[in-house]
Amino acid sequence: MLQIVWLLFTREWRLAWRRPGQLLNPLVFFAIVISLFPLAVGPEPGMLRTMAPGVIWVAALLATLLSLDGLFRSDYEDGSLEQWVLSPHPLALMVLVKVLHHWLVCGLALVLLSPLFGLMLSLPSRVLPVLALTLLLGTPVLSLLGAVGAALTVGLKSGGVLLALLILPLYIPVLILGTGAVEASVQGLPVTGYALWLACLAVLSLSLAPVAIAAGLRIGVSE
Amino acid sequence: MKAQPIDIRQLACERDQRELFEGVSLRLEPGDVLQVAGPNGSGKTSLLRILAGLLPAASGDVLYADASVFGGPGRDTWRQRRLYIGHAPAVKGALTAEENLSWLCALSQPVSRELIWQALQMVGLRGFEDVPCDHLSAGQQRRVALARLYLEAHPVWILDEPFTAIDRTGVATLEAHVLAHAASGGIVVLTTHHSLEHLPGLRCLDLGQVA
Repeated sequence: MLQIVWLLFTREWRLAWRRPGQLLNPLVFFAIVISLFPLAVGPEPGMLRTMAPGVIWVAALLATLLSLDGLFRSDYEDGSLEQWVLSPHPLALMVLVKVLHHWLVCGLALVLLSPLFGLMLSLPSRVLPVLALTLLLGTPVLSLLGAVGAALTVGLKSGGVLLALLILPLYIPVLILGTGAVEASVQGLPVTGYALWLACLAVLSLSLAPVAIAAGLRIGVSE
Repeated sequence: MKAQPIDIRQLACERDQRELFEGVSLRLEPGDVLQVAGPNGSGKTSLLRILAGLLPAASGDVLYADASVFGGPGRDTWRQRRLYIGHAPAVKGALTAEENLSWLCALSQPVSRELIWQALQMVGLRGFEDVPCDHLSAGQQRRVALARLYLEAHPVWILDEPFTAIDRTGVATLEAHVLAHAASGGIVVLTTHHSLEHLPGLRCLDLGQVA
């Protein structure tokens, strides 16, 4: 069981590094959105500081959504997914490894870059750890929930818009908690409550989403 | 490993509310090679996908060793006994032939590097072990997928158009390998538009006549 996890992880790792463009796309998108905002609304620090939590979180959310559309598509098209479904190994475990790998190369990079973008939007430096922490707890939820949508739309030729419509309502609690925590921190209020709720959502999606993703993929493959 | 008999009972298939075939019944004994024939759209691939367990049947049942392969303990046994190679060969262009095979085999049972190299030699890809598969031709990619037939110890093979894009000598080698597998007590179910009449003991199911 551990062996298959490790082999799958190395396979995903190789695939990702031989197609580095797909890795960079969400990061570039994130960087572009955030660097355009000060240009568009003006460089006044007070205004940027008020907007920063929302802008960073919305950009992270859309960057994740953008990268998830193709998560299972190439495996679906070349028949790999059929072999996964037919394997005696549990499909939910394999998709969990795949989604976590995707989060490691995409979501974690967003988390690590976020303090830099926080500074660009003139967030006070004491808020930056809170921003990174909420993203660290929130982006796995975004990846896992988005993967459910990606699995359900895997057989469709252009599932992008449908994926967004399916998944955005589920993203809203994460968005509210994440921005709420950063705003509270800007005003000097405690953020533990927000962080605990985000952690709760992360644990919930970590345990339930793989089952839903596997079920979605089974439907997709049997079309 | 020797296969157990496969019993197909009154199998029916429906796609998009259109009946492709119904009442397909037959029994496959160890040593059988079954060619599923029929015109385009008669449900050959669907039948193979139902057998593999990818597609639910509209009605009917498939038994392996007297247990239904659609649920319960029979399905778990079946998962370890049958090898399905579909129309799409499941070969990743960014990975080398060796990496592709090592992962595809690990889905059921990991195999060693030496065995993979031997298998690649058997399908005529010696020297291409570490070439990314999108640098290979369509026929060579198909050969990478078919190298699994030399690596995995499944007694039942379900092959959808295995000879597509393969040259004449390659087809002859494969036919010999299929016959050898059947002779050692395995079961092979395949679809192909190649003529296989010269194979001894070949059984044929014509879906064009069943429907």
